[in-house]
Amino acid sequence: MYEHDVIVVGAGGAGLRAAIAAHEAGADVAMVTKLHPVRSHTGAAEGGINAALQEGDDWELHAYDTMKGSDYLGDAPAVETLAQNAPEETINLEHWGMPFSREDDGTVSQRPFGGLSYPRTTYAGAETGHHLLHTMYEQVVKRGIQVYDEWYVMDLATTDEDDPNDRECHGVVAYDVQSGNIEGFKANNGVVLATGGPGQAFDHTTNAVSCTGDGHAMAYRAGAPLEDMEFIQFHPTSLPSTGVLISEGVRGEGGILYNSEGERFMFEYGYANNSGELASRDVVARAELTEVGEGRGVDDEYVHLDMRHLGEERIMDRLENILHLAEDFEGVDGLVEPMPVKPGQHYAMGGIEVDENGQTCVDGLYAAGECACVSVHGGNRLGGNALPELIVFGKRAGQHAAGEDLGEPEIRTGYGDDVEDETDTELPVAPGKAGLETSGSVAADGGMATDAEGVLQRKVETAREHVDTLMDKDDGVQHAEIRAKLQQAMTDYVNVFRTEEGVKKALEIIRECREEYQDVYVDDPSRTFNTDLQQTIETRNLIDVAETIALGALVRDEFRGAHWRKEHQERKDEEWLKHTLISWDDGSPSIFYRPVILEGENKTYEPKERSY
Amino acid sequence: MSTQQAEPESQEAPEDPAMKGAESPAAEEQKGGGMVDEHAEKAAELEGETVHIKVFRYDPEVEGKQEPRFDDFHVPFEKGMTVLDSVMYARDEYDSSLTFRHSCRQAVCGSDAFFVNGKQRLGCKTQISDLEQPVRIEPLPHQEVVKDLVVDMDHFYDQMHTVEPYFQDEDTPPVDDLEEQRQSQENREKIKMSSRCIWCGACMSSCNIAAGDNEYLGPAAINKAYKFAMDDREGEEIKEHRLRILEQEHGVWRCQTQFSCTEVCPKDIPLTEHIQELKREAVKKNLKFW
Ligand SMILES: Cc1cc2nc3c(=O)[nH]c(=O)nc-3n(C[C@H](O)[C@H](O)[C@H](O)COP(=O)(O)OP(=O)(O)OC[C@H]3O[C@@H](n4cnc5c(N)ncnc54)[C@H](O)[C@@H]3O)c2cc1C
Ligand code: SF4
Ligand code: FES
Repeated sequence: MYEHDVIVVGAGGAGLRAAIAAHEAGADVAMVTKLHPVRSHTGAAEGGINAALQEGDDWELHAYDTMKGSDYLGDAPAVETLAQNAPEETINLEHWGMPFSREDDGTVSQRPFGGLSYPRTTYAGAETGHHLLHTMYEQVVKRGIQVYDEWYVMDLATTDEDDPNDRECHGVVAYDVQSGNIEGFKANNGVVLATGGPGQAFDHTTNAVSCTGDGHAMAYRAGAPLEDMEFIQFHPTSLPSTGVLISEGVRGEGGILYNSEGERFMFEYGYANNSGELASRDVVARAELTEVGEGRGVDDEYVHLDMRHLGEERIMDRLENILHLAEDFEGVDGLVEPMPVKPGQHYAMGGIEVDENGQTCVDGLYAAGECACVSVHGGNRLGGNALPELIVFGKRAGQHAAGEDLGEPEIRTGYGDDVEDETDTELPVAPGKAGLETSGSVAADGGMATDAEGVLQRKVETAREHVDTLMDKDDGVQHAEIRAKLQQAMTDYVNVFRTEEGVKKALEIIRECREEYQDVYVDDPSRTFNTDLQQTIETRNLIDVAETIALGALVRDEFRGAHWRKEHQERKDEEWLKHTLISWDDGSPSIFYRPVILEGENKTYEPKERSY
Repeated sequence: MSTQQAEPESQEAPEDPAMKGAESPAAEEQKGGGMVDEHAEKAAELEGETVHIKVFRYDPEVEGKQEPRFDDFHVPFEKGMTVLDSVMYARDEYDSSLTFRHSCRQAVCGSDAFFVNGKQRLGCKTQISDLEQPVRIEPLPHQEVVKDLVVDMDHFYDQMHTVEPYFQDEDTPPVDDLEEQRQSQENREKIKMSSRCIWCGACMSSCNIAAGDNEYLGPAAINKAYKFAMDDREGEEIKEHRLRILEQEHGVWRCQTQFSCTEVCPKDIPLTEHIQELKREAVKKNLKFW
C-alpha cells in the first residue's frame, strides 16, 4: 500500500495544476496516471486560454460571454470564479516559462475567438495545450512531486453508507500497467479526479484513445452524481478521416467555410448573420450538417474550410501546425487547397458534480478539469474556456484537498432538499446494473468497513478478484466488439441532431452492450503491459458514461446550447433552468434536477436569446 | 523483470531481421506460417486492397513469445491509413494481445515512436502508402523491450530530468501584479522549434553515441536545455549554470554531428544544429572565464 496526503488521478492540465497547488499548500501529494503526464490529451489543445488581461477588457465581460455561451446553464459562482482567476493563472503560466506568442512590445498576444466580445484568447502558436502541459509538468519535476505513471486507477476506496452524502473516499485502487500488480493508494486528505473527457463514447471524436471517462464512471459508481451529461460539444472543424481537430484559430484568423456550391453558407443561408464562421460551435456544427443534409456537402460528407487568402506568411506564423495536420492526416495542402472538415465529438460540458472548491458530495472526493462539472460551461462551452478551467479549478481542488480554507461554496452537491425528482419520462429499458458486479459498484458483500485501511484493503481484494475473473475466462466477447457497437450507437443517435426515438434506440443498444459485457473476457494471458485488460475495464466505464449521456438527452425535452431535440425546438426557460443529475444509486440510476444559479456577485444574469 | 533487447545490428539494412535471438527470415516465415494463413484468409474475405505488415512480438511471460518473433498481418487498406491505424486494426480484429502505446493519434502525445522499415517514425504520422511492403514494425532500438512494441522509457525520462528541465528565474514580478515578463518576438521565434518536443524518444533511439554511452544526455535532453538556455527571460547566471551542465563529460561534446536524430525527429526540430550552437556558446563562455 502506498500512502500520501493527496492523490491526484490523472496528469493532464487539471491534474498537474492540482498537484502543484496541493504541494504548495504543504501536502505530500502524488499523481497516479495511466499515461505519462506529457502524453495527456491536454497536449492536443491548439487554440488558447481565455483571460481578461488587457486594459479595456474585464472579468465581468468574460463572465457575461461565458454565461451567454452556456445558454444560461452555467452557475454564476463558477463562471465568475473562472473569469476572475483566469488572468492571474495565465500570468502564472508565463512566469513558469510558457512560450506564449508575443506582440511587438513583448507582451503576450491575444486573439479573437468564437463567442467572445473581446480578443482575450491567449495562445502559444497553434500548440497552446502542448506548451501548457509541458510547462506544468516541468514545474512538477522541479518540485519533486511523485508521479506513478502508467498506473491505471480502477476504483475508488469509498465507504458504503446508504446515502452518498455520508460517504468518504479514502484512496484509490490502481494497477501497474507494466507489471500488472494491483495496489492500494491511501489518501489521508483527499483524492482529486482529473481524468479528462469521455470522447471515446463516440466513434468520430477529437479526443484521444485514452479519453474513456474512467473518472466519471468511478465517481458515479461511488455515489457522486453526473451532471448535465447530455451536453456534448461537437467541434465543427475536424478532419473527416481521423477526427483530428482543425483549430477554431483558423476561423479566428479569418478562415472561411464553403459548401460544395462554393457558397459562404454561414451568411448566405442565415445561420449566423453577425458572427458567421465565428458563431458558437453548436451553431456552426449544425449548419454544416444541415448543408450536407440538404445536398450541399462535399462528397455528401463534409464542407470546406479555406484559409488560402490569409497568405503564406500569416499562416506560417500563426497556424503552421494546421498545415502539418492537414497534410499528415488528410493528405491536403492547406496553402493551395481548402481543407475538408466535419463535426466531431469534442468536449463534454457535463461531468462529475462538484462545487467551486472542486468537491463532490462524497467527502474527500474531488474532481477538476473536463471530467468535472462545476458548472462553467452549462449548455455549451466557448472555445478557449476549458484550459482556464483546468488551471483555475485544478488549483482550487488541489488547495482544498490539501486542507486550505477557500470559504463556503455557494454551489450545492448531491441529493438534497433543493432538488426536484424526475417523474414522467418513460424509459425503453432499465438503465444500470446488469447482473452481478464485482468491481466499481459498492460491494454487496456486506461487512461495512469504515476505517480507511479496511475500506482500501477490501477494495484492493475486490479489484484483484475482478481481474482474475476477466483473465481466467477462456472465451466470450471481446471488448473491441462491444466498444465499436456502443460508439456507433452514440454517433448514430445521440449526435448533433437528436430525436426521442433515436435516443431511446441508443438506450436499448447500450443495454445490449451491458448484457454482452457480462461475457467479456481478456484474451491476452500476460500480466505484463496488458492493454487488452485495460481496454476491457475502460469499455465498462464507457458503457456507464454513454448511458448517462443518452439518459440526459432523453429527459431534457428542450433545445438549449449544444443539446438539440427535433421535437422541441425552443429553449424552455420556465421549465429547464436546471441541471440534470444522474445518480448511480447502487445500480438502479435515478434522475433529479438542481436549479441553475444565475445570481452573480454584482448582478443577475437574465436569460437572453443566444444569437450571434 | 527480464527484458529483451531489440537491437538491429545495422539500421541501414532493414531487410535484415537483425534481432538478437531471433531466427533467420526463412525459419521465421515457417514459424509464423499458421498466422499468415489465418490472416490471409481473413484478408481474402475483405474486399479491396490489403497491406502486409510484419510486427515484432515478444512477451517475457507468455510461452511462444519469450523468443522474439515477427507476426504477419494483412489489414484492409483505406486512404489516409497510418502505421498506427494498421496495428490498431490488427489488434482489434485479429489479435487483442498485440501491444503498443498510443493515445492522441495526432502526433502530440509522443507515445508511438516505432522502428518502421528500419527508421524511427511516429506511427500515427506515417502514411502506410508511403512505405514498401511488407512493412516491418519493430520497437525502438537501443531500448529495453517490455512487450511487443512497448519499450522501457525510464532511461529517456531520466536523461530529460538531468538537465533541470524547468524555467528558473528568481525575479519574476509578483503574480498579482498581472505583469508578464517581456519577450521579443525574435527570441520567442528562436526557441520555438526547441519547444515542440513531444518526448517520443525517436532521436535517442537513432543516436549511435547514446547507444554506446548510457550516460550521454542525448539529443532530446540537450534540446530541452537549449529551450531554456536561449530564452531571454532566464538570466545570464542561470544560462551559465545550464551550460555547465551541458558541458560535462556526457554532454554536448559527445555529439559527433551525425544528424541521425535530426533526420528522425517527427517535429522537425533541428537537433544537431541546436547541439552545435550550444557547443559554440560553451566555448564563448569558456573564453570569457579563462
Ligand atoms: C483537439 C482538442 C483541442 C482543444 N483545444 C482547446 C483550446 O484551444 N482551448 C481550450 O480551452 N480547450 C481546448 N480543448 C479542451 C481541453 O483541451 C480539454 O478539455 C482539457 O485539456 C482536458 O484536460 P484534463 O486535464 O481534464 O484531461 P486530460 O488532459 O485528458 O488528462 C487526463 C489525465 O487523466 C489520466 N487518466 C485518465 N483515466 C485514468 C485512470 N483510469 N487512471 C489513471 N489515470 C487516468 C490520463 O493519463 C491523463 O493524464 C481542446 C480539446 C481537444 C480534444
Ligand atoms: S527531439 Fe524530436 S525525436 Fe527527440 S524526443 Fe523530441 S520530438 Fe521526439
Ligand atoms: S498517438 Fe500520440 S503521437 Fe502518435
